[in-house]
Amino acid sequence: MLVAVLQTVWVRTGDERYLRLTRFYGKLFLVNFAMGVVTGIVQEFQFGMNWSDYSRFVGDVFGVPLAIEALFAFFLESTFLGLWIFGWERLPKRVHLACIWIAAAGSTASAYFILAANSWMQNPVGYQVDPDGTARLTDFGAVLTNKVTLVTFPHTIAGCFLVAGALMTAVALWHLVRHGTEAFRPALRLGAWVTLAAAVAVAVTGDTQGKIMTEVQPMKMAAAEALYDTEQPAAFSVLTIGTLDGGQEVFAIKIPYLLSWLGTGDTHGRVEGVNDLQAQYAAQFGPGTYSPVIPVTYWSFRLMIGLGTLAAALALVALWSQRRGRVPTSRWLARASLALPLLPLAANISGWVFTEMGRQPWLVFGEMLTRDGVSRSVSLTEVLTSFTAFTLVYAALAAVEVRLLVRYARAGLPAPPSGPAAPPVTPPGTLPAAFAKEA
Amino acid sequence: MELTTVWFVLVAALFTGYFVLEGFDFGVGALLPALGRDERERRTLLATIGPVWDGNEVWVITAGGAMFAAFPAWYATLFSALYLPLLAILVALILRGVAFEYRGMRDDPGWRARWDAAIVFGSTAPAFLWGVAFANIARGLPLAPDGDYAGGPLDLLHPYALLGGLVTLTLFVTHGAVFLALKTAGELRVRALRAAARVGPVAFVSVTAFAAWTLTVRASAASVVAAAAAVLALAAALAANRVRREGWAFLGTALTIGLLVVCLFAALHPAVLPSTLPTGDLTVSNASSSPYTLRLMTWVAAIFAPLVLLYQGWTYWVFRKRIHTGTADADHY
Repeated sequence: MLVAVLQTVWVRTGDERYLRLTRFYGKLFLVNFAMGVVTGIVQEFQFGMNWSDYSRFVGDVFGVPLAIEALFAFFLESTFLGLWIFGWERLPKRVHLACIWIAAAGSTASAYFILAANSWMQNPVGYQVDPDGTARLTDFGAVLTNKVTLVTFPHTIAGCFLVAGALMTAVALWHLVRHGTEAFRPALRLGAWVTLAAAVAVAVTGDTQGKIMTEVQPMKMAAAEALYDTEQPAAFSVLTIGTLDGGQEVFAIKIPYLLSWLGTGDTHGRVEGVNDLQAQYAAQFGPGTYSPVIPVTYWSFRLMIGLGTLAAALALVALWSQRRGRVPTSRWLARASLALPLLPLAANISGWVFTEMGRQPWLVFGEMLTRDGVSRSVSLTEVLTSFTAFTLVYAALAAVEVRLLVRYARAGLPAPPSGPAAPPVTPPGTLPAAFAKEA
Repeated sequence: MELTTVWFVLVAALFTGYFVLEGFDFGVGALLPALGRDERERRTLLATIGPVWDGNEVWVITAGGAMFAAFPAWYATLFSALYLPLLAILVALILRGVAFEYRGMRDDPGWRARWDAAIVFGSTAPAFLWGVAFANIARGLPLAPDGDYAGGPLDLLHPYALLGGLVTLTLFVTHGAVFLALKTAGELRVRALRAAARVGPVAFVSVTAFAAWTLTVRASAASVVAAAAAVLALAAALAANRVRREGWAFLGTALTIGLLVVCLFAALHPAVLPSTLPTGDLTVSNASSSPYTLRLMTWVAAIFAPLVLLYQGWTYWVFRKRIHTGTADADHY
């Protein structure tokens, strides 16, 4: 979407700097997008392959947003991105611009539907369980307007903008510091402002999400805080050291009242602890362990917030360093720019680890345990084969992708279209096309 | 018509769309080193599918999604039964997709050669394995009373399934060659016509044998007609190819693929996955979702499917020209 913004500025103002920035960041985008495209199929297939009992149980509800995602969003995204990549010379300028906006809209819609599916696992709504033991959809509107979906969607999208903004800022900052490339200044500003705005949006939506989660999955939030016993008012843990199995608290530094306020909006609100919830769930669902692995939820929750905040702080520093036309020269800044895109990325991953691990042992909260959702007909060997194959393939491709990104990020902007070294329409090597010959 | 039947037809249509469209992508990928003698030619070959392959691939994602939403029990049993073939297909498709995007990103012959190998593997393996998968559906699988697959990975590899694999592989390669003849010019076009003439007869023999074998496994009136029509369409395609009418030949191979899928699905109905044990088949009624879900999905499909056809069709219109080696068209791709 940021590339679309850059291109829009170019189309509207005719300023060639923005065309060069569009091409440059468009290429980085495509390097990354290639991975996104091919991994999408895995998502659609894996429910049937690995989670067939889960698929049988929820297909009537869960399959719907997934099918709509494919039919509505994936087709838009892939078709119009193809048109964008290959349509630079073939389509009128404005139609070509529309293509990337439609592709971006498709991606966003896709995020909505897949998050509606995921949120249903977090907080199932709009269904009933039939006598034959399968979940049956009764109200699709309720699934689409699930309060978890409504807050998770903006939270996730803001998280995505945080990464995108940070990447744009980082590359621009690096070029500005190292080479004084003025042409990157607009990108730095756009990127840094987007990062900051996204950080605010992440925080606001995250806060709301925390309150909703305290309500629908109190266990997850208790685990996020390693809060073992119910407190009223509850203190926020700055640092809690527990026993290694995560069963007990050993030492903790806490800020009084803060957790009550974060969780309930009231400084004296009651926040339930892991041990009490465990007893409550055992009474409701029968004997078993109903708490997640607490060290994982506790630390992933903190990493998510800490790394995201750090990214926003760095973006602020970057913006400040170039105020009123200054060219920053600090070596420290150039180094920081290398870490900048990794921080929000790691924060997003932590967020997903937190929300998925925090739901355990449930696959569908309150309805199906993770261990009951697997494919019974698939052997351990098959699962191991698949796990190993995907790990190896993804690791190898990730290494290739990062090297390509670094290579293109370092190469800098394409030559100005009017420059003597480049042909007038498309400078060689700048076309983000898949099979473009390199300069 | 009952909604379960509507969705059975829709799933069949999505797979038909997938095999007709991605079929030629697979063919182009498999033929890459055979037809493209140097880098410029290989780039021209890839440029023919560059703007469209990704959109073509979404057909299978949608087919999977439609199966999940409309027939959860079918989706669950089938995808877990075909675990290893699907795993191989996924890995192949991942490598192929990334290869398309990355091969041009460095000016290094070694780099490109490695990605070219990934394209060949990533096109050939799924082209073969999809045939294996669909032959297994037509033949039926050993199903436990709870509807789960009761066999092992090796049970999927019997002569009929291997013949199915040969059918899709040779048919897709022929389809791809004819597509290339339609989209390129000069020497490449001639070479593509020749490749189609060489692989086509192998495809013809395997398609005929497979169609006959399928009808002995299970048949309905519609499937017999579709099988006969598929064989005729392929014969017509090969004849058109001989006289260098690649447009007609392409129509012929596309029809053959479509009719074969129709033949398989028509033979299955009302079963969606027959059981080879006396446990009973999965059928359109016992594997389907609730009427509410099917009604909802029917509305969604009625609105969006025509739109998809419209804008995908427009993409093909935008990129309708032949690609000439050495011109800006080819070098930019």
